[in-house]
Amino acid sequence: MSWIGAHLVEIVFWGFGGFAVVSATLCITRRSPLASALWLIQTLFCVAVLFTLLDAAFIGILQVLVYAGAIMVLFLFVIMLLNMGRGGPGDVRGLFGAAVAGVLGAALLFQLKGLGQAVPPEAIRLPPGTLAAAQQQQGVVNVVAVPLFDAFLIPFEITSLLLLAAVVGAVVLAKRKL
Amino acid sequence: MLLGPSLAVSAVLFVIGAAGVLLRRNAIVIFMCVELMLNAVNLTFVAFAQQLGTNGQIFVFFVMAVAAAEAAVGLAIILAVYRHKETVDLQHINLLKG
Repeated sequence: MSWIGAHLVEIVFWGFGGFAVVSATLCITRRSPLASALWLIQTLFCVAVLFTLLDAAFIGILQVLVYAGAIMVLFLFVIMLLNMGRGGPGDVRGLFGAAVAGVLGAALLFQLKGLGQAVPPEAIRLPPGTLAAAQQQQGVVNVVAVPLFDAFLIPFEITSLLLLAAVVGAVVLAKRKL
Repeated sequence: MLLGPSLAVSAVLFVIGAAGVLLRRNAIVIFMCVELMLNAVNLTFVAFAQQLGTNGQIFVFFVMAVAAAEAAVGLAIILAVYRHKETVDLQHINLLKG
């Protein structure tokens, strides 16, 4: 019992991490685009839980609101608009395509394996628990918001320009006649 | 510390997304796989932010903004292509070949 108590965070992390991997796999293998989109939403929720476990509760909430709430609704809307709910035959590539995807995926995983052992140098690493302590002291939102509106103010404003350009571009592209 | 497990989950999610891009022909599903890859990278940012300070979390914020803009424009392009070709299957979309 005490073992479970000591490793509770790890157990929850691996549970949701495994669930995220399983639902991502289902997302790329389901034939119907609608099922793919719903499994992707499941993956995004699991990743939001992982964010919360990594001391980033605010990013986890943003993940649910922005990704699962806004972006995926847009995807589902377009899927239903184009009437692709059933998914025609032959969307998934054949055996050759699956083999290419498998081999290239394995190669990529092999390359990323080296990255997994990367440990940030001791000199720039914060002592464990610093972030959690800062959140306790300043609040979950403040820890992200204060640097965002202070040191990162200009990138933040440029982001608003980018979103404006995207809105105008989306309307111009999707409109039949201007 | 959950750095190692996070990097492992992130790498596997990224590889699944990349394999999905190669495996599927439906433009919208490929687009969803790109979103999955972006999310895997966000997980790496958050995992390192736990040890290196909140700047990683702020970068995730910017990645989300770019992903939202990309989704809006990309889906508008897919709609325009569908109106023109009546399909979103990439096998039948080869406009650059004329």
